[in-house]
Amino acid sequence: MINGFGIVWAERGLMLAGLANTLLLSVLAGICALLLGALLTPLLMHRAKPVARSVRVFVDAARCTPFLLFAYMVYYGLPSLGLRFDNWSAGLSALIVYHTAYMAEILRGAWAAQPRAPIEAGQAFGYHGLALFRRIVLPPLALASAPVVGNQLIQIIKDSAFLTIIALPELTHAASSIQSRHFVPFAAFITAVLLYWALCLVVEAGVSTVGRMAEARR
Amino acid sequence: MNMNDISDMSDMSQCRQVLSVSGLSKRFGSLQVLDGIGFSVARGETVCLLGPSGSGKSTLLRCINWLERPDSGHVLLDGRQIGVSSGGVVMNDRELALMRTRIGMVFQHFALWPHLSVLQNVVEAPLHVQRRPKGEVMAEAEALLRRVGLFDKRDVFPARLSGGQKQRVGIARALAMKPALLLFDEPTSALDPELVGEVLAVMRDLAREGMTMVVVTHEMAFAREAASRVIFIDRGVIVETGHPEAFFSAPSTERARQFLLRYAGAGLPNAAPVPTPP
Repeated sequence: MINGFGIVWAERGLMLAGLANTLLLSVLAGICALLLGALLTPLLMHRAKPVARSVRVFVDAARCTPFLLFAYMVYYGLPSLGLRFDNWSAGLSALIVYHTAYMAEILRGAWAAQPRAPIEAGQAFGYHGLALFRRIVLPPLALASAPVVGNQLIQIIKDSAFLTIIALPELTHAASSIQSRHFVPFAAFITAVLLYWALCLVVEAGVSTVGRMAEARR
Repeated sequence: MNMNDISDMSDMSQCRQVLSVSGLSKRFGSLQVLDGIGFSVARGETVCLLGPSGSGKSTLLRCINWLERPDSGHVLLDGRQIGVSSGGVVMNDRELALMRTRIGMVFQHFALWPHLSVLQNVVEAPLHVQRRPKGEVMAEAEALLRRVGLFDKRDVFPARLSGGQKQRVGIARALAMKPALLLFDEPTSALDPELVGEVLAVMRDLAREGMTMVVVTHEMAFAREAASRVIFIDRGVIVETGHPEAFFSAPSTERARQFLLRYAGAGLPNAAPVPTPP
């Protein structure tokens, strides 16, 4: 048992490389999904019904697909349509596209719950279009939705573990190869779990910082 | 809908009028909220719009800057039509936004931007919509906050202010745009009674200094004292208009008389006697 952790320690280079890749995947996917989600949100709220409806179809379809199946489709399914990715681009784009749907829905919900009056005041003071969204609508929205967005970031970190099935050398993949090489499943996996937890603690610290900012404005 | 016939409105005689409204109508479903409203406001005038709840006052105010799109009629600001460009087509969002920067608006429920501090609320649109130089805007904003007595609150967020303070920020925010016209939509209706006075004091000063204002209000004492003219609206039409002293002491219509009777106790300072109709 103790010996198991000794072996994991000896393989720390592999473990840390996995952690770094998980971190890279999660940060890139988190930022891109949030930005793309923020871009989709106004379309979900669009006055023109066909626009809102077609975005809604994508959002619902993505949210109702298990991420593992989604990743399978991107990596194994799309090549049969002539779109071929390496495992990094397939894994990263699967994470981004899948979680964009969630982010868009999170921001839409928060937007719908925002009071209408300050937005109308923005219009009365000469804001319109993108500037209205960016300066008047989005900031309170971001503050209000921070806890749920943080939750989704944690979901992204955990979903990145599925990418081990397309041989992305992330943290789960590293833990898995250490255990199969040295037969130390418990030590290898518990180490990985603790490292995932550490990543989530960082996200939670970020969320509580934004939470304090929101509290000051509430 | 006839909104392109502006040839008779744009002659020079209209230009000393800051605001000119004619034939304004608005219907919500089967309810005719405004029915052919017409009036004008000269530079420096304070016009109070009075009338029972649901009479269309707020809708009229919101039609002036096209927050509500009128079904028909014209709104001219300094002789230029709002909402419809010279070619007779309805303005796009960008053109409409540009027109709106010339009209300040103060809202019943304040509508301050919650993510911005008091000072940031005041400088937001002058900096980012009007794109005026930062030094100038900041200096003016600080002067405006001093004027409404909130300079020491400049770094506080709106949520930490009382209703009266919020509304004074709302007024400073509107003034920071240097508007040609200031619209007040029941600015004291959402306030606790003891906070009404501080807001009305600021508005009274503005009226005295010659700001051009259209005020929807239920504060009869304010209208009587500060208005250059009152317009009494009921069921979407202008029933009576006139000098406040004449309107409050001797309304010429039965509907206005009934209205004043209902509001007299709350609003009239010395319970002015209401004449019985002949």
